[in-house]
Amino acid sequence: MRVSDGKRFGGAMGGLAAMVAAMAAAPARAEGMVGMPHAWGMGLQEAAGPIKEAIHDFNTLVFSIIVAITILVMLLLAWCVWRYRAEANPNPSTTSHHTLLEVAWTVVPVLILVVIAIPSFRLIYYQDRTPNADITISVQGRQWYWNYTYPDHGNFNFDSYPIAESDLPADQRHLYRLAVDNELVIPVGANVRVITTGYDVIHSFFVPALGIQRYTIPGRALETWMRADREGVFYGQCNQICGTNHWFMPIAVRAVSRTEFDTWVAQARTRFARADEPAAPAVAAAQGTVQIAQARD
Amino acid sequence: MATATDAHHDDHHDHKPGFVRRWLFSTNHKDIGTLYIMFSVFAALIGVGISVLMRMELQQPGMQIFADGQMWNAMVSAHGLIMVFFVVMPALIGGFGNWFVPLMIGAPDMAFPRMNNISFWLLVPAFMLMVASMFIGEGPGAGWTIYPPLSSNQFHPSMAMDLGLFALHLAGASSILGAVNFITTILNMRAPGMTLHKMPLFVWSMLVTAFLLLVAVPVLAGAITMLITDRNFGTAFFKPEGGGDPVLFQHLFWFFGHPEVYIMILPGFGIVSHVISTFSRKPVFGYLGMAYAMVAIGFVGFIVWAHHMFQSGIDVDTRAYFMAATMVIAVPTGIKIFSWIATMWGGSIDLKTPMLFSIGFIFLFTVGGVTGVVLANAPLTQILHNTYYVVAHFHYVLSLGAVFTIYAGFYYWIGKMTGKQYPEFWGKVHFWLTFIGVNLTFFPMHFSGNQGMPRRYPDYPEALTAWNFVASVGSYISAASFLLFLYVVWLTFRSTEKVPANQWGAGATTLEWQVPSPPPFHTFDELPRVR
Repeated sequence: MRVSDGKRFGGAMGGLAAMVAAMAAAPARAEGMVGMPHAWGMGLQEAAGPIKEAIHDFNTLVFSIIVAITILVMLLLAWCVWRYRAEANPNPSTTSHHTLLEVAWTVVPVLILVVIAIPSFRLIYYQDRTPNADITISVQGRQWYWNYTYPDHGNFNFDSYPIAESDLPADQRHLYRLAVDNELVIPVGANVRVITTGYDVIHSFFVPALGIQRYTIPGRALETWMRADREGVFYGQCNQICGTNHWFMPIAVRAVSRTEFDTWVAQARTRFARADEPAAPAVAAAQGTVQIAQARD
Repeated sequence: MATATDAHHDDHHDHKPGFVRRWLFSTNHKDIGTLYIMFSVFAALIGVGISVLMRMELQQPGMQIFADGQMWNAMVSAHGLIMVFFVVMPALIGGFGNWFVPLMIGAPDMAFPRMNNISFWLLVPAFMLMVASMFIGEGPGAGWTIYPPLSSNQFHPSMAMDLGLFALHLAGASSILGAVNFITTILNMRAPGMTLHKMPLFVWSMLVTAFLLLVAVPVLAGAITMLITDRNFGTAFFKPEGGGDPVLFQHLFWFFGHPEVYIMILPGFGIVSHVISTFSRKPVFGYLGMAYAMVAIGFVGFIVWAHHMFQSGIDVDTRAYFMAATMVIAVPTGIKIFSWIATMWGGSIDLKTPMLFSIGFIFLFTVGGVTGVVLANAPLTQILHNTYYVVAHFHYVLSLGAVFTIYAGFYYWIGKMTGKQYPEFWGKVHFWLTFIGVNLTFFPMHFSGNQGMPRRYPDYPEALTAWNFVASVGSYISAASFLLFLYVVWLTFRSTEKVPANQWGAGATTLEWQVPSPPPFHTFDELPRVR
């Protein structure tokens, strides 16, 4: 599995990619890539890191195979319906066995599956965790915001809330339901070990452009990793039903240069100084009741 | 299959009991089958109605018609549970299964007629509890998968979740009793001469389905019982603070949940086999392969459950196993697809409405099947898990797969069941309207899923508006096609055109075409003999 072959715009959609790109009109901000869905987008979100690039390569393989199979079935059906319509073929054959054919359509799919399975196995082991992490970040999903901790940098932690539509500048309204107040900042090119832990219910930390997803489950700590090779902001959303504001707990990962990251860490350590006592969130789930309130405005 | 019978029934003393005894205390497999089908259509009105409300909400960004996310979540959950337990299963298993398993094997009735009655009548209170739960407290808003802790009393404190769980218990009991009945009937009451290897494929499909139900549903019952005691009696099976584990529930749920999806589609496989064979005027190609492909799908279906849990932190070796096992299912499924095509090959094809639905099914099920192969790959579920790609996939195999087989079965057998002819023209219009509507609804979901749109979202970033709008338009067309179906039913019942015992001619070889249309209240007073 080559992981450096940066495919843009979801290799899956092949020829459609150009069309998608043309229609996408990405609302990119000056400072780099923006990882988010695009209007009329058909393929996978653009890759921002090696895991997602590997996913694109593999997805292109699987996609080509499934399209070929679907077209084959469609053509066979169309041929049967046309060639063997009652008017054209009034006397049906009585054939109901053909051993060679039956063996063929058992064995050929097995071979196709082997072709899919081999790269697939390599890729899950690659995605699973990184042997040489540069930094570690702890991610906790809470109703309905994210809490991020940087254990390697003084263990400061902070909450990441969605920004209400009215608080967004006019030129960023399209980021409503994606933009957050405190983004998760990572250095470009660093292998980031991600530890997910649960707090109240199960959430899922999901950033498509980085090819990362993991549940955050109460009582469990799960490990995976990600790496951004391009500067930019990569948006994601909670991806496991978690209550009334499931749809409104977005994720924003900002990848910056190492120096910018160090500056940010220095500021963050002061800004989020009260790290060891988790800030009482404005809409924390009161025990024993379901919050129907809107998330923080 | 070359079966023949020497039973020529003309039951002139066809006594039918009065209304109450006939419909409320019914022990007759045909009447109970009819009750199931009517129940399914009624539940579908609610299930489809909810889906239209959801698509209206999703037509554009912003919260339009639902008060908040919780109400949305409750509706999403109710839609899923209603469609699975109260629409698809009653139609295929309780409805067509009850009607045609005894007829096809030449049995006078089901083995346990009174148990058959209670199977149906458990479903009615189950459905009432399910519908009631939507209107109580915060509703059962944890998805049809009801994962704790979200479904625990801490996050769903009102009675709604309990009502939903009791509904599942009752529906589950109904299914288990039905499964016992089918297994006993099929294994013991086949007409003399009908060996297992001469049994019609629909009966094979029901036998496999019944075994799946018998093994899978008790596991669900156990899981939700633990959930009920966690909620109400202070146990901690799924609570980490008490030594429990939320992921345990996911294992139990999907040990049931994965076979459940085959439970919904296998009877449809059976129906499609008969329809394709009948309208191609050819015997089914590779009969034994077809039968054992279903057995294989049923068996392998039990050992793949954790592919629903690739993001739940099960370790990577376990993921590798479940990935490999899941891909294996593509093989028997492929055998079925190609055998159906081979059945048509060289046939004399008559494109009547049931055949249209069956051919449509083969194509759409292929689409849903290959996206299933995509989703079997854990590396891809890393970005597709829980997105609209998954929603597209399972609606292609269920909403377009299983539902198309229900329609195929309806048009194939309605003449047999009522003795009246359905309107061919309107049937075909119904097919095309449904075909266009459901594809327009669900195909764009592949794209929004690829783009990363999570499922169970009442609102989404505005970049996703385009495909959501298309899907909503598609759902309105699909809903219109469902209303057209009701019109077709009405036209059929008004029809004065009588249907002969075998309305489909030489291609229809199974035993139900040997009895009059509609069949007498009691069939096979004298057992047919199968050579």
